[in-house]
Amino acid sequence: MTPLAGYLLVAALLFSIGLAGALTRRNAILVLIGIELMLNAANLNLIAFWRYGPHPEALTGMMFAIFSIAVAAAEAAVGLGLVIQIHRHAKTTDLDQMNRMKG
Amino acid sequence: MSIVFYILAAITMAGGLAAMLLKNTVHCALALTVAFAGLALLFLNLDAQFAGFAQILVYIGAVAILVVFAILLTRGSETPNDEIFSKTWLAGLAVAAAVFAVLGWAVFESARVLPHETAVPEVTVQQIGVALVERYVLPLEIVAVLLTAALIGAVIVAMHEKEEPK
Amino acid sequence: MPIVSAGLSALLKQSWRKTSATLAIGSLSFSLLLSLYAFAHVLSDWMAGIATREVVNFTWIQFGTSNVDLGWVLDPLSAIMLVMVSFVGLLIFIYSTGYMKHDENFTRFFCFMSLFAGAMLGVVIANSLLLLFMFWEIVGLTSYLLIGFWYQRPAAAAAAKKAFLTTRIGDVLFLLGIVWLFAQTGTLLLYNNGAGSIESAALSLLLSQPAALGLTAAGAIGLLIFAGAAGKSGQFPLHVWLPDAMEGPTPVSALIHAATMVAAGVYLIARVYPLMAAGALAGGTTTALTVVTWVGATTAVFAALIAVAQNDIKRILAYSTVSQLGYMMAGLGIGGVAVGIFHLITHAFFKALLFLGAGSVIHGCHEEQNVRRMGGLKSDMPLTFLTYAIGMLALCGFPLLSGFWSKDSILEAAQHWSVAKAPFYMLVFGALLTAFYMTRQMAYVFGGHWRGGKPAHESPAVMTAPLGILAFFAMTLGFIGTPAWPWFRAFLDGKTAEFDWHVLLEPGLLTLMGISTVVVLLGIILAWKIYGDRSPRPTAPDALEKAAPIAWGWLSNKFYVDEFYGATVIAFYAWWARVSDWLDRRVWGGVVAGVAWLFSMGARLNRFLDTNVVDGGFDKGCEELTVGGGLLSRMQTGRVQTYLRILALAVVVLAAILIWSYKT
Repeated sequence: MTPLAGYLLVAALLFSIGLAGALTRRNAILVLIGIELMLNAANLNLIAFWRYGPHPEALTGMMFAIFSIAVAAAEAAVGLGLVIQIHRHAKTTDLDQMNRMKG
Repeated sequence: MSIVFYILAAITMAGGLAAMLLKNTVHCALALTVAFAGLALLFLNLDAQFAGFAQILVYIGAVAILVVFAILLTRGSETPNDEIFSKTWLAGLAVAAAVFAVLGWAVFESARVLPHETAVPEVTVQQIGVALVERYVLPLEIVAVLLTAALIGAVIVAMHEKEEPK
Repeated sequence: MPIVSAGLSALLKQSWRKTSATLAIGSLSFSLLLSLYAFAHVLSDWMAGIATREVVNFTWIQFGTSNVDLGWVLDPLSAIMLVMVSFVGLLIFIYSTGYMKHDENFTRFFCFMSLFAGAMLGVVIANSLLLLFMFWEIVGLTSYLLIGFWYQRPAAAAAAKKAFLTTRIGDVLFLLGIVWLFAQTGTLLLYNNGAGSIESAALSLLLSQPAALGLTAAGAIGLLIFAGAAGKSGQFPLHVWLPDAMEGPTPVSALIHAATMVAAGVYLIARVYPLMAAGALAGGTTTALTVVTWVGATTAVFAALIAVAQNDIKRILAYSTVSQLGYMMAGLGIGGVAVGIFHLITHAFFKALLFLGAGSVIHGCHEEQNVRRMGGLKSDMPLTFLTYAIGMLALCGFPLLSGFWSKDSILEAAQHWSVAKAPFYMLVFGALLTAFYMTRQMAYVFGGHWRGGKPAHESPAVMTAPLGILAFFAMTLGFIGTPAWPWFRAFLDGKTAEFDWHVLLEPGLLTLMGISTVVVLLGIILAWKIYGDRSPRPTAPDALEKAAPIAWGWLSNKFYVDEFYGATVIAFYAWWARVSDWLDRRVWGGVVAGVAWLFSMGARLNRFLDTNVVDGGFDKGCEELTVGGGLLSRMQTGRVQTYLRILALAVVVLAAILIWSYKT
């Protein structure tokens, strides 16, 4: 197995773990943690491809990853702010109970 | 595949698993931090020094702290006997498994064409800086705006509501 | 003219009796004057030796290229008929003012009488068969109205209906003849400067067309027209209506059944005589004329036999009329127009006289009509007796009276008929019977003593005066037709006549006159012997009845002709009416009901479909929609993680597709 394949696999696994957590945990914050994990897994993917790709001197992968980190940080901030607000209203962070958008 | 890679991979995955499976939310946040650290080391292993250090600075230094803060602020409602997993956790697990299956399959399918060894890229911070303001100036500016908006938005969203006059 | 007065009378109220009577009499007098003028005109032309036939034609309808023309004709025949009809009619009108004085429907009576007179005059002067037929029908209609004048009596209403229906049968055949003639010759005008339907060109055309049974078209058409005449003139077997028609008032019987309507049939045959006689070999005769003769002779004897056994004064006269009409028809067939019409003219006068006299008797005996209950009126009603006697003798053919001359001319023609001698003997026997039954009637009515209820009285002058006038003519009119001075025949044929005394003394003629005289006297004496001055009680059987009961039964029941008709024709007709009714109600009604049922079934099916299929389908569809909506809404759990899962699943699917496609 090539190194690249290894990295990709690790990234895939990490992504799946993050997804599983996001889909199954009840606490909203833990869902956000899962999402952060997914993002990080994608970053790993990007860097790995940059490293073993055809033109590493173009810095494409690296730049992508750096921007991804910046955006993820912003998104985490906003998301957690939302969770705090929800907590204030519903007195809970349990996602199973947040079904007021139910059809 | 060097041994370093395996160790680092193991650490990262352990951290990730722990983040998702632990009952205590704070423990999850701390496990997440471990996972971040493992990822940063992996970046370093991939000769992406700047990315690795950025990861440490931003993720561990900011995001993890933020998560801990949020956990602590929303602590009151949880009772120790709460279920940590939702009622339909099996469906979610199945979906995640499906996703991993597809991704894994993709990797294995393309294993043939993946390059084995390539030269180590020489990347300096100066190069990155130059690229930021030359080639990637637009994304840079947009990200700047985005960060500003996120900042303001987060403040507004999490702000205490004005007391309505009764 | 009379038609106009009829129209005016119809508008008058019941109470204006004098006006309606005046109108009627006035118009008819005016017509008489006109007729006399026309007659004089024709007469002068004749005496000057000019052939007289004036014709006025006019177009009535035009369809496409062909026309239907109508017209009037004035020739000796029509001139004489005009005078006769208007004169006799006028006398009867005057008589009726007295007879109908007690009747409340005075105005209506004169309205109908005027209409009848007008129609009869129209028949006489019509030049087109179509116009003649139209007036013929009006005559039939008015006879129906007049016979059934006292319509509240069921017998009268039934008699009127019978008259109309029986003559209808004849009229249908008449119409067939007319149509056939029109089809063959293209015109219905009788005379049209050589183009008329009975002028020579048309006749030769008709003779060349063969019809069925070996007849030519001419013969067949002639027979059809004769059928119409037979109906109107009461020939056997269509005579059944005439005796029943006595239900009408006596003036009606006088006018219609003595003088005019029944004469219309004879006149018709005389009018179309060229058609009937077409194709006759020299000295011989045609099939049509032969049939006419036989029917006439048979009727004469048949009716005379029945008249012997009747007890109603008017019925005896009615059968006598039928018999005399037979004579006329036979005369036409055997001897030609002059012979038949001569007897028609004389008969009109003395029959009208007899009927009016009978009316006077009935009036005097307070509406009694059974001769068995009369008697001894010789002294109670002298004027009536006298005039009646004259009429009776004229009818019998007593020498030197008018009937003698006319009847003898018929007998003479019969004697010389080339086809058969039987009609001659039949007619002679008929004369015997005529004398017999008339004497019987006289004996019953005027002889013996009164057997009725209240005593009788003489009639007023307004009634007896016409009687007198008619009696005079009955006596004298014969003289225009004697063999010694055949003025009548000459007049009709357009030739000149000479008065020649010696003709009377020819042996053949003398023998014939002798035979007829002997026959008449024999009949009178026979009857006088049997009935004489005796006055049997009303309920006692007749003398002849005692002698020959079975024959009497046959005769008094009119040979059961009516009963025969009732059993066959009428029964068949009733059955047919029932069948038609059944057909109508069951079959056609059933079809209609079936169609309606079909429609109602269709409507029900429609409703069923509408309710269940359309509505049900619609409702079901809405239900499904609701259920589906419910199902779908269940997907919206409102839970974030659910959405996320589905999202991830979608991504997986997409990725799989992409990879797969990339692989291949």
